[in-house]
Parts: sequence; C-alpha cells; structure tokens
Amino acid sequence: MSNTAAPVLSVQNLRVSFDTQDGTVRAVDDISFDVYAGETICIVGESGSGKSVMAGSIMRLNNSSTATTEGKILVNGIDVLTASEEEVRGIRGSEVAMIFQDPMSALNPYFTIGKQIAEAYVVHHPGASKREVHDVVLAMMIKVGIPSPEKRIDEYPHQFSGGMRQRIVIAIALVNNPKILIADEPTTALDVTVQAQILDLMMSLQKEFGMTIILITHDLGVVAEVAQDVIVMYAGHIVEQSHVDALFHSPTHPYSWGLLGSVASYGANKRGDLYTISGSPPSLISLPAGCAFHPRCVHSKGSGNACMTVQPKLRDVGTDGSRSACHLTDDVLISIGRGSDRS
Amino acid sequence: MFLFVVRRLFFAVVLLLAVSVFTYLLFALLPTDPAALSCGIHCKPETVLANRIRLGYDKPILEQYWHFLRGIFVGRDYGFGQTAFSCPAPSLGYSFNQHACVTALIGETFPVTAFLAIGAFVLWMIIGIGVGAIAALNKGKWQDRFATGFAAVGVSLPTFYIGLLVLFSVVIWFQILPFPSYESPLDNFSAFITAMILPWLVLAVLSAASYTRLTRNGMLEAMNEDFVRLGVAKGLRLRVILSRYVMRQALIPIVTIAGLDFAGLLGGAIITESVFSLPGMGRMSIRAVVDSDLPVLVGTTMVAAVFIVLANVIVDITYGFLDPRVRVS
Repeated sequence: MSNTAAPVLSVQNLRVSFDTQDGTVRAVDDISFDVYAGETICIVGESGSGKSVMAGSIMRLNNSSTATTEGKILVNGIDVLTASEEEVRGIRGSEVAMIFQDPMSALNPYFTIGKQIAEAYVVHHPGASKREVHDVVLAMMIKVGIPSPEKRIDEYPHQFSGGMRQRIVIAIALVNNPKILIADEPTTALDVTVQAQILDLMMSLQKEFGMTIILITHDLGVVAEVAQDVIVMYAGHIVEQSHVDALFHSPTHPYSWGLLGSVASYGANKRGDLYTISGSPPSLISLPAGCAFHPRCVHSKGSGNACMTVQPKLRDVGTDGSRSACHLTDDVLISIGRGSDRS
Repeated sequence: MFLFVVRRLFFAVVLLLAVSVFTYLLFALLPTDPAALSCGIHCKPETVLANRIRLGYDKPILEQYWHFLRGIFVGRDYGFGQTAFSCPAPSLGYSFNQHACVTALIGETFPVTAFLAIGAFVLWMIIGIGVGAIAALNKGKWQDRFATGFAAVGVSLPTFYIGLLVLFSVVIWFQILPFPSYESPLDNFSAFITAMILPWLVLAVLSAASYTRLTRNGMLEAMNEDFVRLGVAKGLRLRVILSRYVMRQALIPIVTIAGLDFAGLLGGAIITESVFSLPGMGRMSIRAVVDSDLPVLVGTTMVAAVFIVLANVIVDITYGFLDPRVRVS
C-alpha cells in the first residue's frame, strides 16, 4: 500500500446493478481499490456479497443487456468499462486472465485441451506458426504439471480429473503471460487434497511469471497463507481493506470480527463453540438504510442512530494502513479488534 | 467406433425384418380378398381364382411372406405360360389395382417426394436456425418476441389448413402462381419450381417453428455455460465464440431431430402432397389405403421404415462425432 509506482489495476467508484423482474439488484456499490504489480490481493465475503460480479467487470464479462456498470476500471491506463470491444478483447486473456470456480464446466467439452490452450495463445499471437503454438502449448502443460503432455494434448476435457482440468484452466490463463490473474474461488470445487496443490501451483507460477493475483475466496485459511492485502466485502460494499497480518491480528470492522470468529481453530471460545453471525445477508434489491450490516451488528447500538441512517465511508483506522467502513470510533475499533473476545 | 457402427447396422437389419413381418401381417388381418380386388366388382369367380393362384395368394401366409422377402433380393415371377410376368429385384410385390410392380411405382413417385423433402428441409433449416439464432442474440427484444410468436403459431397450425389457405390465396384469389402441376425438373425446370415453391414454403415454415424454438433455447442455455465465459475471457471474437462454443452445443439436439424429421419426410409427406396434388409417395400411400392396394401399402411402409431406421443409425454416428463424450472407445 505504500507503493509509489502506478497501480496495474485501479478500480474507481465501481457500481454494478442488474435489472430483474423483482427490482434492481445492486451487486456492487461504490467500490474503489488499487492493485500493484506482483502483489496478491484476496477478496473475501459471503456468497452474494458481489465478489464475482466485481471480478467479472474487470474483464467486462457481465451480461451487458441486463447489467448497468458505472465508474472506472483502469488497466494499463485503459478504462475497461468505456473502451471499444476491440480494445477490451486485447486486454482479455493477454493483460488480465481469469480462472473460474468450477473446472468441470469451464472447458469446452467439444474440443481437445490442446486446441483450447492453443486457441488462447493464437488469438493474441495471430502470426504464430503451428510448430511454435504446439511447443508453447506443450511447455505450458509441463509448467502446470500435467503428466505425459504429448499424449494428453489430444484428449478431451472429460478424460481429465477435476484437479487436472483446473491445471488446464490455469495453463489457458497464463499462456499469454498476463499481468493480472483473477482467480474466482479456484479451489472451492476441488477435493481438499487437490486444493493445496492448485494453490501451490498458482503461487509458484506467480513467482515465475511475476503477475498480480486477485484471489476471490471465502476460505480464510487460504487468505492467511497467500495474501498480502485483503478486501472484505459485504452486500456489495468494501467494509474493510487491510494488510493480511493486520486483518488477522487486529481487524477493524465488526463484520471482519464475525468472519474471523467463525473460523475453527481461530475463533472458538473456551467451550469450543464457533461464533456465528446472526441473521442472514440482506437482499441486494432493498438494502437496509445506513450501514448495510447494522441489522446483524451487535455494536450498532453503541454509535447512536448513525448506523441506521448514514452509510459509513471507508477511512483509515490506526497506523498500520487498515481501512474500515464503520461508525465506531478508531479507538473502539482498535481496542475491540485487538481483544481476544471480539464478539 | 467401427464395432459400434457394425452393431448398430446389425440391429437396424433386425428391426427392419420385424417391421416387414408386421406390415405383411396386413394381408392376413384385413378382411379384404386381394385376389377379388384385382379385377373389379363384376368379376367371374373363376377369374378371381385364377388371379389368386397367379399372384400367389392361395398359399399359406408364411409362405407368402417368404416369397415377398425373397423377392426383395432376387426378384419375383408371377403366373405361368402366356400370362407370366416378373418383377425384378428388389421386388416389393405387384399391385393388382395398378397392374404394375410396386418397386416401379415407388421409383416413379419417390423422386417427387425426395425433391419435396430436400427443398423443404434446406429451407426450414435455414429459416429455423436463422430465426432462432436472431432471437437468442436479441433476447427480450422485439426480434425475440416475434420469433417466439412465430414458433408458437407455426407449431400449432396444421399443414392441411395452412396448405389450403396458401393454395386458395396465392393461386385462386390473387392468382400470383398458376395451379401447381408437377413436372420433372429434368423436363421443365421452371414448371417444377412453380409447382414446388408453395409446398416447400408451407412445409418449411411450419417445421421451422420447432427448430426456431430449439435453436433459441439451445443457444441461450449455451451462452450461460462457464466454458463460453472462459471463451470470452480468452479474448476470442464474438463470431468465434458463437460458432465454436455456442452453436456447437446448440446444434447437437437439432441434428438428432433434423435427421429423424427428414427421414420421416422421405417416407412421404402425405398431407402436403395431397393438398398440392404432387404425385409423390405419400399421395400414393393414401390412395393405396383407400383402394385397399395392399402390396403398395406394404412397399411404401417398408421404404419409409428403411429411411427412419437408417436415419437413426446415421444420427447416432453423427452424435459420436459431434460430442466426444458419447464416443464409444
């Protein structure tokens, strides 16, 4: 965060809403953050908090006929949201690449995996010879750890296991050496034993390729292991943005306290019970007034009526660079955040 | 793959044999005497008897069936001495009403049916897939609503109604086209087109409706697939994504149904041929029913069955090519 270089990705006042029959769903509401070269930033939050929609808009993948997107997303100085289709296609796969949650459905079932990796390379290297493409594909398959790639290059996705398919999706994502890799819950759909392998692979490839990783996850164990910065999202808002150590040692938002308290080994009390955040996430069609989290927040009574009426802005809290969107005073946030019993 | 094809073909032959047994049973089950029908109402009993022996209807039904089956492969001789005649292989029997070999009758009428089927098929695939694709790409807009409406109307309107309506309006009221009178395309191509254009359009527009629906829904479903999203994320052009990702998936059910529909048409488009008085196999079949011309009925049924069974085999094989997941190793 103390980086002085220009960010590789700058998201400014991003709002994404979807028109549905029941009303307008405000999936992402006024989000801003910067991402710098080579860092790993994790985005955590419950299902429906807007993580995936936000990630999709970085590559302009959201359905344009139902989604309304406002704000700016700067990649390489180009605003992805207003750029021409041609410019965006130049960014997709080449500057920014993406790994999806479910490797079982992310690959085209009708083509060999060799063709699918080649396709991703050729679209950004139109002059490449067949020989060159073949070599690049094989090299990529070796890099992501596919055994006997010469044989498997002509096989179809259904002949691969889930972990192997995710490796192929990673190969497709990295074949053009992108600056930014967005991984949308890349391990959620995998066996526990395979999850660690895939994460390790991503981290070692990050060292080799020097790319920035934006990792969307709801697994705080993964966050602790790989992240430098963490963004916590709730109901389409960023509620806290902190360095990973700061988040785990002195989180500065009541929602983060709840999240951390609900992790086994981390938040269990003396009797071994896990903390749960009471209630459920609000409907994105009719968000509560004021702070979206206030109906579930045990601290919302402490700051007068502000929680029910005024939407809190993200602001610096303390001196370790943490930012929090909460009406509680800095002192209260820091002292409760550091305490052992935050709930 | 080879074994798969061989096995499918073997079962196709077994199926056709079964179909031939059941159709031939018509002779045994119907109360009409084929020999009596062969020479009209005022026929002398001895002529009927002579005809019965000449055509082989005096033999037990199993033996008759055996002669029928043998005839398909080696041809068949009827009668003796001066009145002897023969139907060369593949013989499907002899029509005592029309005094001709069934195979020859089918040979005359089948080209008309085939021209009708091929023309209508090409038209309906273009209209059906085209309109369906436009609807899917403009989901929720007026194009989509128009296409969905077209599909609903097309699926629910019967051919005989629309056929007659078109015939009356185009030929009789507005007199845009002369009354259709079929001619072979080799003899008079423009007359052929004039006669075929209305039946083609009627058949195509009505059948296209269900293909519009299939294409639209298939494409919309495919567009929500993760792998299509990955295709977009790769930076591929829209055209490539539509052809290699979306259409590829949407085409699979279309190919299946198109194969069977086309085969069904080759067996005779009974209503369309009747409405537009095209001398095709369908119209011949329906006339054979009215006249109790059993050999013709058995013959056309067999031909239709061959097409449908064959189309099933071809669709199965194509399916293996289209979707690697169902390929048998």
